[in-house]
Parts: sequence; structure tokens; C-alpha cells
Amino acid sequence: MKPLNDSKQTGHAQFRRLHEKNRPSVEFSIDGQAYQALLGDTVLTALLTNQGAIRRTEFSGQKRAGFCLMGACQDCWIWLESGERLRACSTMLESGMRLITGLTEDPQHE
Amino acid sequence: MSEKNLYDVIIVGGGIVGTSAALKLRSFGLTVCLLERGVCGSRSSGINYGGVRRQGRSLAQMPLTQRAHSIWGRLKEMIGIDGEYVRSGHLKLARSQADMESLTRYKERTAEIDLGLELLSSAQLRARFPWLGERAIGGSLCPEDGHANPRLISPAFARAALRAGTQIFENCSAQSFLHNGQHFEVKVDIQAEPLKSVFLLNCAGAWSNNVCETFGEKVPMTNSHPLMVVTDALPAFMNLSLGVEGGGVYVRQVSRGNCVLGGSQGYQLDANRARPGGDGIELVLKGAVELLPNLRHAQVVRTWSGVEGRLPDREPVISFSSTTPGLLHGFGFAGAGFQIGPAVGEVLAEMVAHGKTSIPIEAFSIKRF
Amino acid sequence: MNDIPVIIGAGPAGIRAAQTLVEFGVRPIILDEGMRWGGQIYRQQPTNFGRTSRQLYGFDSSKADALSKVFMGLMNQVDYRPQSLVWNVEQNRLDVIHQGQSTMLPWQSLIVATGATDRVLPFPGWTLPGVFTMGATQIALKYQACAIGAQVILAGTGPLLYLVAYQYVKAGATVLAVLDTAHFSSQIKALPGLLNQPIQLARGMYYVGWLMSRGIKIRRGIRIVRAEGKNTIEALVIKNERGVVETLPCDALGVGYALRPETQIADGLGCEFKFDPMQRAHVPVKDIAGRSSLDGVYLAGDGAGIMGADAAELSGELSALALVLDRAVHPGDAEPLRRRAKYLERRIQNITRFRAGLETAFPCPDNWIEQLTDETIICRCEEITFGHIRDAITTCDIREVNRLKALSRAGMGRCQGRMCSQASAEILAHLTKQPLLNVGRLRGQPPIKPVPAHILAEASTPKTEAAK
Repeated sequence: MKPLNDSKQTGHAQFRRLHEKNRPSVEFSIDGQAYQALLGDTVLTALLTNQGAIRRTEFSGQKRAGFCLMGACQDCWIWLESGERLRACSTMLESGMRLITGLTEDPQHE
Repeated sequence: MSEKNLYDVIIVGGGIVGTSAALKLRSFGLTVCLLERGVCGSRSSGINYGGVRRQGRSLAQMPLTQRAHSIWGRLKEMIGIDGEYVRSGHLKLARSQADMESLTRYKERTAEIDLGLELLSSAQLRARFPWLGERAIGGSLCPEDGHANPRLISPAFARAALRAGTQIFENCSAQSFLHNGQHFEVKVDIQAEPLKSVFLLNCAGAWSNNVCETFGEKVPMTNSHPLMVVTDALPAFMNLSLGVEGGGVYVRQVSRGNCVLGGSQGYQLDANRARPGGDGIELVLKGAVELLPNLRHAQVVRTWSGVEGRLPDREPVISFSSTTPGLLHGFGFAGAGFQIGPAVGEVLAEMVAHGKTSIPIEAFSIKRF
Repeated sequence: MNDIPVIIGAGPAGIRAAQTLVEFGVRPIILDEGMRWGGQIYRQQPTNFGRTSRQLYGFDSSKADALSKVFMGLMNQVDYRPQSLVWNVEQNRLDVIHQGQSTMLPWQSLIVATGATDRVLPFPGWTLPGVFTMGATQIALKYQACAIGAQVILAGTGPLLYLVAYQYVKAGATVLAVLDTAHFSSQIKALPGLLNQPIQLARGMYYVGWLMSRGIKIRRGIRIVRAEGKNTIEALVIKNERGVVETLPCDALGVGYALRPETQIADGLGCEFKFDPMQRAHVPVKDIAGRSSLDGVYLAGDGAGIMGADAAELSGELSALALVLDRAVHPGDAEPLRRRAKYLERRIQNITRFRAGLETAFPCPDNWIEQLTDETIICRCEEITFGHIRDAITTCDIREVNRLKALSRAGMGRCQGRMCSQASAEILAHLTKQPLLNVGRLRGQPPIKPVPAHILAEASTPKTEAAK
């Protein structure tokens, strides 16, 4: 797990919202940075509408962004700052969630 | 011996004991045939916790365990892989003053054998191992003990035995045994002609009583079902293998980060298999999380159980037969056979080749029942 | 009736099973891992979303509505427990986690309706961010109103490929190409079988025609070579219908080759399995009514073998009828039940013929192993590569899947083989030149899905029955 990093995230978001865009917004954080998503998003959606991946693997550190979205592949487990873990595709985003992905995409750190 | 189906030695059982016996027998130039009902190293030898430890064994096992220790030191040379073996240390924890006293007495009793045991106070534990929970109030560390991956190592002994010229029949059931006056005859399901040998080694683990009974020396063996739990990979926080005085829970973290936890018991499904049950799994987790709060947020990913044979005094049978010349036994390790297994194999090979062994084995005689 | 039947799963099969049991005065417990009933195919959007049923389910909206209406009507007559994960099954008990707590539930009759996930075949680059299963691609839209990317390619084979393409384009997503590994000739050849379900066939043809009229490129007979990209997918390299390599830029890929059943609970119970050549997998043995090899255990829907949502509804009802008949719960004459059961069986058989047609139309590609390189990851969780698996097979003379798992680590990770065991088995069969049937079947153990250690640690107390 890469340490938290102060650098600002750059652009690429994986998911594209098509509909249901008028929902209340929800504040949360990724690697200590403040972000927004919408009420009714899963944690995975909240992450992938803001960045391109959700975690690095334990062994090679390659990036992953989930795979099956139905709780089968187990590729979307991420850590909270409190030490707990959750399966991003099947957990609803809650206001104030502090997520760790270790993926701040400052180009200098690639 | 050039007659087909006739060997110097037939070994029943392809676990770590049988295969290491085969390897040693081949180094003496004897012809060896090994019979394994499933695939080698898939039973107790392959599904145990993976502790490679001397600390905690009875005094009677000390010569064996020291011989095994030096074998493990040459593991890669012998079997071609390191099997994730590390001398990370084995730390046995005291959860009470009585436990601590027990650990202290053990150190005293084994002083002559030089296991290098270090007794640690609560303060010393916290300083060296800050990830330990509060339950541990002291401990005994054996720095040269360690752990390994039994799933890799036991089959590797079989492959080494094969490379050394052992005839190995896997997926082969031995159906009956007899001595015809000249040779042992073993009928197997894979061919019509029985296999014959001068010597017969009974290394059939929890199923060894079949042979014992055939030759009129049945032993009071019962089955136990160790239960193992594995977590997903956690950031590395511990290298050594952890146990507790009195047994009941043991934990090690492998280099990839998974934690292997053991303790409790599974339940027997049929004559050959055991399964982990919900109660047993929960009990193991309770003990492990208590010892290591770091484990709280680990994911339990796999569990398993197996069948191990144990005798009432928890000592194995390593012995010439009491009834039949040429028959030898090596079984009943009560869940603690992984570390000493390779030494037992060597000892059995010496007993076959030289008629004796330098390791004292009277305590393991089949006559004691 | 002395015991309370437990239904595991609240998709179409579980819902119809519940409905049927209630009709006979039984009040089943329904354990649903999801947040709300519907399973995956009829997965409901979050409560604060506003799209209509028609927008979500298209031509299936009336079925989705009917099922939902039925289930809502049952609420007072069933013990419905959402967000409940069955992590262990034994002869007489289940262990269930709900809201962070594990409790034990005794059982005597069980209807297992655990559904399916995508069948997955690895290819170089498939673990890149932006590559999702076909099921995931659909769920992103259905459940979260998102497209998996801005420039999506859909690839694989099966009816879902075309349905998802249609749904995506209709919803306003950009679909650059629809790539079918099956040849058009397979689809022609399958027509007689497909005619068993003329409405489904017509729909499939409608989707294709609609997509073509929108200028969406549909290409058949392609092979996936690899996904390329540094941090995320940037292009899909394929071999086209003439065998020529093409590089197709994209920022997302949805890929799938039909479905595979979730059989872990049937396996954990000790049900007998058999190899099904059409599904290329071991499935639990069951009679047409859904009786497994174990007394009191019934199997319904895709979780016992892929049959599709319509057949799942029928089999849910049928397995509940079988339970009712076996337990003699019905009042009076059993004859009407048997007639109804016979009717359901005939309809399921008809759908089975259609499924065989689908398998002919959209066969699982048999040449995918050739595209693998030594570095291609096969087991995503443990990052075990094809090269490592091949070396283990050779060095250790492995011929069986459980041995392969033990010696290569493939399948030891969090997904417990869901994503990789099909591929591992096919690779093993291919490299050892054995038929797929001979390499065996992965043995499962609890937990059925990964479980946080602290939940199990805290559960170790005197057992009480799970109360609502």
C-alpha cells in the first residue's frame, strides 16, 4: 500500500455518468484529498467517476479498477483510513468516508 | 534384485516420512517401491500448519528433532526447492503466570540440548514485537526454529525420491498385505500381480493401522482433525511462527503476506477426509485475533482440515514390528510430524540398511501398547 | 410442516420459489446477499434513482415489474433477509453474516438459487483498469447509470453482448465496436434450436438490426489478442475475420462469454456433481424438478447450471413444488401439483433446446489459449501467470486441478477461483492433453466468500438461532 500523498489528482475518470445526474452530492476523501460523488453511488462508482483506478495489488503494485461489479471477483476491496475494508462495488458511498487507494496520479510519481 | 515386482523395500504411504525414507534408501543403493493412494504429500504432510519447530517437543524427540534440524538446513540441496522455509524463530507465548512457569521449566529440562531458547518478559515482548496483543504476558523464543510451506515441500520430497530412482505408484491403493515366508506380498489395485519385497515400511499416516492389524499388532490410534485458516495478504508485520503454551492457536505470516492460523478441530466427513466447521473456524479466529489485533481486518479466504493419527501418549510409532521381521513402522505424529518427518525417514532407512539407528527410539516402540 | 424452508438467493428463481411456498401456507426464510431483491438480471437501482422500468430493463420490463410486484406482495408472508451472506453450509446449519455479525441458522429444507457470474477467459492485458466483464458493463448502466468508459468496445460472445450494446447505445454511451468471436455461420446453423424461443430470437435479431441502423460496427469471427495501455486500457488488439491483426483504440472494454453457475453452496453441502460438456463445467446433479443428490436440498435457476432468467423463474416454482410434494405440505390431492410441475418441466425442456441453440450460435472460443504469453495473468487475485502455471505443471507432473491450485497458487486468492478456475482447468487439460472432464473439479471449503476476521472472531459464542 503506497503512503498517502499530498499531490493533486489529475483528470482521467474511468466511468461516465449517462443519467441520474441530479442527485444530492456526497463529500468524501480519497488518500486525504476531498472529492465529491452523488448519493446513491457505490464506493466504486464514486472512485471511478473521479479517477481511473481504485487500488494497487499487494504483489506487483499494478493498478486495478474492479472487474465484475457484482461481488464475485473480489478485486475491489479497499481500505478505509480507520483500518476497515470494504468491497467497493457492493457498498454504498456514505458522507465523510475516508478511502485509501494509494493512487494519487501526480505525473512525477508514475 | 532384478525380478519385476520384486523390491528390496516397499513403502506404504507417500507423505514426508515415506518419501524421505525412500530418498535415503536409494542413497544406500536399495531398490524401493513407494505406494500412495492419492498423490504424494497431499495428506497430513501437505495440509499441516507448516511449523518447522523443535521447541515444545518431548525430551524423547530431541535427538530426532536435532537430526531433522540439520536436514532442514540442507533442504534445497536435497529436494531442489526452498519451499518457503525460513528460520524466522518460533515464539511460544504465555498467557498466564502458570504458562510462563511452564515455559521456564521446559527451558531448564532441555538445557543440555541447546535449542537456544530465550525467555522473554512482557516488557521484552512489547519492545521486540509491538504488534502483539495484550493477552501475551511473556514467551519463549527459539530463534532457529521456523516455518515452511508443506504443500510445496512434501511433494518435492517425492520428486526427489523419484529422481533418485524410486518406483512411485500414485493413485494406487494397497489392498492386502502378507508375508509368504520369503517376501512380503502387497496386492494393489493398479495391476494383477502383487508387488514383493524383503522389507515393508508402514508410513501410511492416519491409516497405518491397516498394516498393523494385518500383522497382528494393532495400535490404539485415534484421529484428530487440525483446522487451518488463511487470510488474504496483509502488509508484513511479523516473520516468526507464533504459538501458545498449552497449544490451541498458532499463527504465521508468510512472505507474500497471508497469515496462516491454526487450532481447534474440524470434523470427519468420511474415512479419508475431514472438513472445517463453522464453530471451529470461529474459535481459531477468536484465539488468533486476541493474540494479534492486526488480524482484525484481514479477510478469511481459505480454510481446510485433514486427518492425523495420534497415539494416547502423543508420541509416534517408529519401530521394528513386534511380530514380523522385515516390517517397520513410522506413523502417528499427532500433528507434529512435519519437522521431524525427514529425520524419521532417514532413521527408518538406517534400520533397514544397517539393522539399527544411532537415534534412540525406544520411546517410540510399537511394543509399548 | 415442522421445518421452515430456507431459500438462498432472491433473483427470479428465489422469488418464484418463495411465491410458490407461500401459496401452500409456508413462510420461508429468504437469505439475499444483495441489498434488494431481483438478483443480477433484475437488479434494482438505488431508491433515489428515477429511471423507469422500461429504461432499465427494456423488453424485459414487464417481467421485472411482475416479479417485483409479486415479491413486494409477499413481504408480510416471508422472512426476507437482505444483505445476508451465507459463508458456511453444513449438514444441518448455515452460518450467515448480516450487518457485521455472524449467526447460525439451522435448516432442514433448502432451495439454493445462487445465480451466476460471467464466464471469463483471460487474455494479455485483461487486468488493466477499464476492462470489465459483460455483466459488470451492464450493471454499471443498470444499477449506477454509468457507462464503463467514454469510448467503449464490447467483445466476447453470447446474447448478452448484443443486449448490452443495444442498452448502451440507447442510453447515450459511445460504443465503438461490437466484436463477436463467433462466426455468423454459427448463428445461421443455430437457427433451428433458437426457433424454440421465437420471441427471444426475434429480439436478438432486433438488437442487431437496430445497432446496425445506428452505424455501430458489428464484427464477427474475431479473436482477442491483447488489451494495451499503460495505466488503463488504451486499445484492444484483435485478429479480425480475415486473421489480420488490427489495433482498435478505446478507453473501456466490456468482455464476456456467457455465464457460469455459482455452485459453491451446493458444493459445500456435499451435493454430487457431474461434468456438463455443453457448459464446459461441473454442475450439481439434479432431476428436472431441481432435487439435488441430497435429501432436502433443491437447486433452482442459473446457480445449478445456466438456463436463463425465464427458465430460472420456472425452475424456482418447480423446485418449490417438489419440496411441497416431498414434504407432503399440500392439502388433499397432489394431482394438480403434478400437472403443474409437468407443465413447467415441458417449458424448461423447451428452453433447454433453445439454450443448446445459443451454445451453437455463440460457442465459447477454443483457441484462446494460443493468445496467452508467459506473462499473462491467469489468477487475478494472486497474480499467477500462464508461464508459472505451465512450469508448475511440467515440473511437478500435475494432472488434476486441486493439485494445480496447491502447487501454483492459482485459485488461492480472494475470488476463490470464480474468475480463474475455468481458465486454469482448460489450460491444464490443454497442456496435459486430457479431456476437460478428466482434470477434475476444484474442492471448495468455507468461507463461501471472503469474510472479515473480526466478524468470525466475535461470533465464537454459544450458538443461537438467527432472529430477525
